[in-house]
Amino acid sequence: MISKKKRTPQLAVIGGGPAGLGAALAASKAGIDDIVMIERDIELGGILPQCIHDGFGSKVFKEVLTGPQYAQRYIDEIARTNVEVLLNTMVLELASNRTITAVNSAEGMITIEPKAVVLAMGCRERSRHQVFIPGYRPAGVITAGAAQRDINIEGLMPGRKIVILGSGDIGLIMARRFTLEGAQVEGVYEIMDHPGGLPRNIVQCCYDYDIPLLLSHTVTFIHGKKRVEGVTVAHVDADLKAVKDTECFIDCDTLVLSVGLIPENEISKHAGVTLDPVTAGPIVDERMETTVDGIFACGNVVNVFDLVDYVTRTSEVAGRGAAEYVLAGRKREAPVRVLPGRNVKYVVPQFVSDLGRDIDFYFRVEHPERAVTARVLAGTSPVKSKKHKMVHPPEMLTATATAADIAEAAKAEGRQVDSLLVEVVDSGK
Amino acid sequence: MANKHQYTCINCPMSCALELTEENGEVKSVTGAQCKVGERYAAEEFADPRRVVTTTVPVRHGLLPLLPVRTTTSIPRRLILDATRRLAEVVVDAPVSNGQVIVPDIMGTGVDVIASRDLDKDAGRQSQARV
Ligand code: SF4
Repeated sequence: MISKKKRTPQLAVIGGGPAGLGAALAASKAGIDDIVMIERDIELGGILPQCIHDGFGSKVFKEVLTGPQYAQRYIDEIARTNVEVLLNTMVLELASNRTITAVNSAEGMITIEPKAVVLAMGCRERSRHQVFIPGYRPAGVITAGAAQRDINIEGLMPGRKIVILGSGDIGLIMARRFTLEGAQVEGVYEIMDHPGGLPRNIVQCCYDYDIPLLLSHTVTFIHGKKRVEGVTVAHVDADLKAVKDTECFIDCDTLVLSVGLIPENEISKHAGVTLDPVTAGPIVDERMETTVDGIFACGNVVNVFDLVDYVTRTSEVAGRGAAEYVLAGRKREAPVRVLPGRNVKYVVPQFVSDLGRDIDFYFRVEHPERAVTARVLAGTSPVKSKKHKMVHPPEMLTATATAADIAEAAKAEGRQVDSLLVEVVDSGK
Repeated sequence: MANKHQYTCINCPMSCALELTEENGEVKSVTGAQCKVGERYAAEEFADPRRVVTTTVPVRHGLLPLLPVRTTTSIPRRLILDATRRLAEVVVDAPVSNGQVIVPDIMGTGVDVIASRDLDKDAGRQSQARV
């Protein structure tokens, strides 16, 4: 079973979800025809096949698609290219010289030595261990994404009486999904004083089905030894500490956790890619190239985007960047840093290698705020600014600075741009 | 007497906060929408809310046991539970192609329920990689 065949493609894409599909397709369109895409599942699409609800594609396609429909468009297009797709294949290791070691049951160990790599592994869910809920360890505690897979792909019902902890979009979507499948959702509990998911999901998933959404609440205890028999919930104070005398017991057989996503970067770390401690994803430049030459990253491996449309956009930038790297090579200039300013938690990309290009910035605010202007500055000169009536942490903000915008700001500054600042300020200022 | 109603537009991630003003059931104005879709949506929310419905139906001999389906466009919200109950009775045979009509004219709404992906036949189920 040991495969002697060594592949030496121009590009290897690790992951066949929306990021990998977009990157492979963009690289193929940019003139690379020797591409290998590696996917561990039995089919392409990543998480999209289980996201059966609609709401995908409003930016990329100007249509409202379901997750499977969105994936199908890319899968169909990939089928028309020469991209070699390796399904059921697990990447074990990526070395900093870009050598990939992977394994599958048909070929055994596989070695791939590509000229460039795109990291497109997506993200994973935070689990109970990362939120520290006291209590027993019964069956019936499940992450929202795992519940989604059970119901939408496997046809299994994880439970009948459900409590959801965390109001991220997947948790909200699952509140509706459980209800439509005949389960009773007792409530969605959110520790923060603002919801984690988009307002539209609160309307169409909670309000439409009279599912209570309780802010500033958390689960303080999980009851039941073999199977979940209930949870204790409590109000939390301003320091997010549970207030003892507000505790109450809720009868349920399942606790669904929707407590956040983390970029999946085990493979990246080994390759020597530098990670950003805030996003937990690789630090990238305007072409989504990491700190290791020839290794690009896109989608939720870089930071958790709230829209698949943004995953696709960054993957297209990475795919084109990788194609350019392979076909033309490039030397990176001294990096210009991109810094988060007032009420900005982080910005992607974290640095710019070439200011002579159009650059898409993606950033998130730290706290909700009304009547603000989000702007990109070079020194004190504005490059780009946009007013917002309201900004919330779950909603990613974007700005595109063209090469001309940056050149103009540099001219106004009267010197070379050595860093860029992204900030959100009161619109009055 | 003019009455005001607040809605959150669900048609794109902007989630615009809409305010509809109505007098004796007649819509006078909608504010807060950043595009035309939102204006139409607010009027619809006031008159008879509509939603796209998505669910799954079981598949015989498919690569996967379930097929995701959707209504091609929105149907009245009050019919959602009946529509999902009706769809719970449906079983389809693989292969299925994306867009294939699964149930025409669901609940007499004039809206079809379609497959939202291709689903091949199970060719010996090479699914060892999935746990
Ligand atoms: S009004 Fe238009 S821009 Fe605003 S949420 Fe609705 S569809 Fe989106």
